[in-house]
Amino acid sequence: MNFWQRLGALDRRIIYTVVGLAVALPLLLKIIMPIRVSEPVLNAYKTIDELPAGSVVMISIDYDAASEPELQPMLIAVLRHCFKKDLKVILTGHWALGLPLGEMALNKVAAEYNKKYGVDYVNLGYRPGYSALMVGIGREIRDFFATDYRGVPLDSFPFMRTVHNYNQIAVLVGFEAGATGDAWVQFAGARFGQKIILGATGVVAPDLYPYLQARQICGLISGLQGAAEYETLVKSIGTATLGMPTQSILHGLIILFIIIGNISYFITRRRKK
Amino acid sequence: MTKIFLVLLSLIAILQAQVPKILRVYDKPNDSGKAIIIEWRDEPDSTRSIVGYEIYRRAADEDSFYNIGFALPLSTSYEDASTTDNKDYYYYVKAVYRDTSFVSDLSLPVRSYAQWFHKRRLNVLVFAIIICGLVIWYTERAKKGEKLYVRRISGLDAIDDAVGRATEMGRPILFSFGLGVITDVVTIAALSILRKIARKSAEYQTKLIVPNYDPIVMAAAQETVKQAYLEAGRPDLYNENNLPFLTSDQFGYAAGVDGIMLRERPGAVFWQGYFFAESLILAETGHSIGAIQIAGTTAITQLPFFIAACDYTLIGEEMYAASCYLNPEPQMLGSLKGEDTAKMIITILFIVLVLFATLTKLIPSLNNLYLKIFDWFTAQ
Amino acid sequence: MRNQLPLIIVFATGLLVIVTFFIPHEPFGSLEQRFLVWYSIVAGFTMLLGLDSLVRYHLIKIRDRRSGWGYSLVLLSGLFVTLILGFYSWARYQSPFKLGSPFMYLYSYVIIPLQATMFALLAFFIASAAYRAFRARTTAATLLLVSAVLVMLGRVPLGGWLWQKIVSLIDLLPGTNLSGLKGLEVFARISDWIMDVPQTAAKRGIYIGIVLGGIAMSLRIILGIERSYTSGS
Repeated sequence: MNFWQRLGALDRRIIYTVVGLAVALPLLLKIIMPIRVSEPVLNAYKTIDELPAGSVVMISIDYDAASEPELQPMLIAVLRHCFKKDLKVILTGHWALGLPLGEMALNKVAAEYNKKYGVDYVNLGYRPGYSALMVGIGREIRDFFATDYRGVPLDSFPFMRTVHNYNQIAVLVGFEAGATGDAWVQFAGARFGQKIILGATGVVAPDLYPYLQARQICGLISGLQGAAEYETLVKSIGTATLGMPTQSILHGLIILFIIIGNISYFITRRRKK
Repeated sequence: MTKIFLVLLSLIAILQAQVPKILRVYDKPNDSGKAIIIEWRDEPDSTRSIVGYEIYRRAADEDSFYNIGFALPLSTSYEDASTTDNKDYYYYVKAVYRDTSFVSDLSLPVRSYAQWFHKRRLNVLVFAIIICGLVIWYTERAKKGEKLYVRRISGLDAIDDAVGRATEMGRPILFSFGLGVITDVVTIAALSILRKIARKSAEYQTKLIVPNYDPIVMAAAQETVKQAYLEAGRPDLYNENNLPFLTSDQFGYAAGVDGIMLRERPGAVFWQGYFFAESLILAETGHSIGAIQIAGTTAITQLPFFIAACDYTLIGEEMYAASCYLNPEPQMLGSLKGEDTAKMIITILFIVLVLFATLTKLIPSLNNLYLKIFDWFTAQ
Repeated sequence: MRNQLPLIIVFATGLLVIVTFFIPHEPFGSLEQRFLVWYSIVAGFTMLLGLDSLVRYHLIKIRDRRSGWGYSLVLLSGLFVTLILGFYSWARYQSPFKLGSPFMYLYSYVIIPLQATMFALLAFFIASAAYRAFRARTTAATLLLVSAVLVMLGRVPLGGWLWQKIVSLIDLLPGTNLSGLKGLEVFARISDWIMDVPQTAAKRGIYIGIVLGGIAMSLRIILGIERSYTSGS
């Protein structure tokens, strides 16, 4: 086996080591790169920005710890935007192990803006069976969430007394690491005309582009890049913006690997001929 | 005097502009009753901060109006989902500002009632009849002996080779449904592939491992494999512990399956079902142990990963065709032919409508007709 | 009859669900919702089935001292410690997810890092899969490769930086002035176009096939033509 053949079948451990270094170094150096805001993210931002103060935004945590690096910065940026605009936030979710992430973000951002639990935001928690729940909220939210996640009746929170169904929810923001986003569009969007913004991991986002084109969702925040764009729009640098140099370098590295792989492929093929 | 009169008139006009005007109050269409929709128009006073709209209602047998709901600022409609059917209701809307409020006129009486047919779903019904009709028609034709052709699907042809290779190497076979649940049609399609693999593995006496993410799928897989072993005449080889439940956590499942692969080193791996971001983690581990891998999924975003890492990949609908391909009875093939014809009709419809939409840009008078067609096709 | 009864139930249920989609009037209107709730309840109880399978499998492994039985011990300990801490936090703090509860401690310092680590492995696997698979063997493969590179560049700030460098380099040639093109972000625009047009078009094509295949498959199941999922032949 000559050099080019060996390069073509490069040991995966070498690739992993280089990738590991490319991920770790920029994170340690804390470099910041300029972020270009794309239209789907700008549309998402504008939809929330144009809401009058006091409007209710429902946020659904449809991810768990595995997608935290991509989706948690999105959630924090959107929460900052909501609280800055004095919007009321209802938090729920369809991934049981994602709810604590929502609670952590709420506690962090609410403290920054002096927002009070029950007055400015509530956490409804998790209920199993998301399709039934999404259809059910169209009629009465209390059929599924008579209480918040700690068992306090919804009507004991002043702003929740006027919230019964999608009619009183100005925008629904779903953070998606799986197929729950499709269900939100099919049930809340198509059946009840609910305005929806979706934030999704880089892997899931391409699935949601058709909804964006068909205007079934008002905006799409995709992957760490999308989160960094939203952070740029709300002018608060977070882990997404800090993570972009890493992603940039990693993309560059993969492109470099592809080029090396192809050079070795062509040289080996020519020699065989 | 005239000036005073004009000032008074404009003041009245301003005040009237702030009063919400009820446009329509009607029974919610296409529902199971108990709902009335109130629509209004309002031009809120820009100098004041509007809080929202309160909706008041009185039933024919009640004495006074009650506040039954609240709508956000900028709203122009409200759905009252708490009515009793066939009873008269009167409504008015109050625009609430921080320091004052304005009340609309009373609405005319209105009743809610349930409908027997969802008119907005007529489009779905028409297409359902066409598609089902085609499937049934071709199935009947196939039953009468018409020969139907189905193209080669290399991923399914390779099943025998993969099982044979694992047997020659003395290694087990691994099958995974991914994160699919039993309500996913693709999981049921995967069960038919599992049945074929299980029968082969029983014939060759090769161990078949099926780690599960969902308990219901686990139960169905256990039944399917048990039946396949019975059909192959080797029920003694069936071991329920080879089809265990791992976890219902996405990456916990990925870690568990990776662990099984590294310990058991299967010679053939089948990824058949619904997968998410764990697909490449699984398939790359399968590649690293040198297993022959056959994937199949309807999760479009995961297809590129499987194509990159596996030897064969069943793309989307090929998964659904699998049971017809593996069990080419006339009825099965007939349904496949019906599905293909439906696809052709839909494609022609697409082309015609795209051309029509383009034509509306050249002939604007056609726009209204196009919008009507577009509206008819919009599902609810 | 043992084989026929499940098929009759499937046929009746399938037909009923289709009918309820078109009839909003009660008792049909709320049937879909009711079926979904029933499914949620059944699915909830089947977790016990899963738990039984999991515990039994690992207990047997530990009892027989099969290779890797130590891992089974770790798994069962993890399972029961999480369960106990969850119940304790529920009783003591009203919710296991209350910040500061022992369950949240476990969640923050064990579950989050473990799950994030597994997902992060994807970066390594994507690199190795891309290295192996992206070879310009045919015209189609070359197109795929070029689009992948353009999307990868366009999705990160590196694309913008690279474009500015390219424009600056061309500007070095005598008689050229392209500085106005620096802000064009060409890679990002191409990436957006690829995502919006060819990617979405291909995806829709596959999706339409999947949906029609799903309808035909469902029809085969409802009509009892497709029986491979049943234990009967």
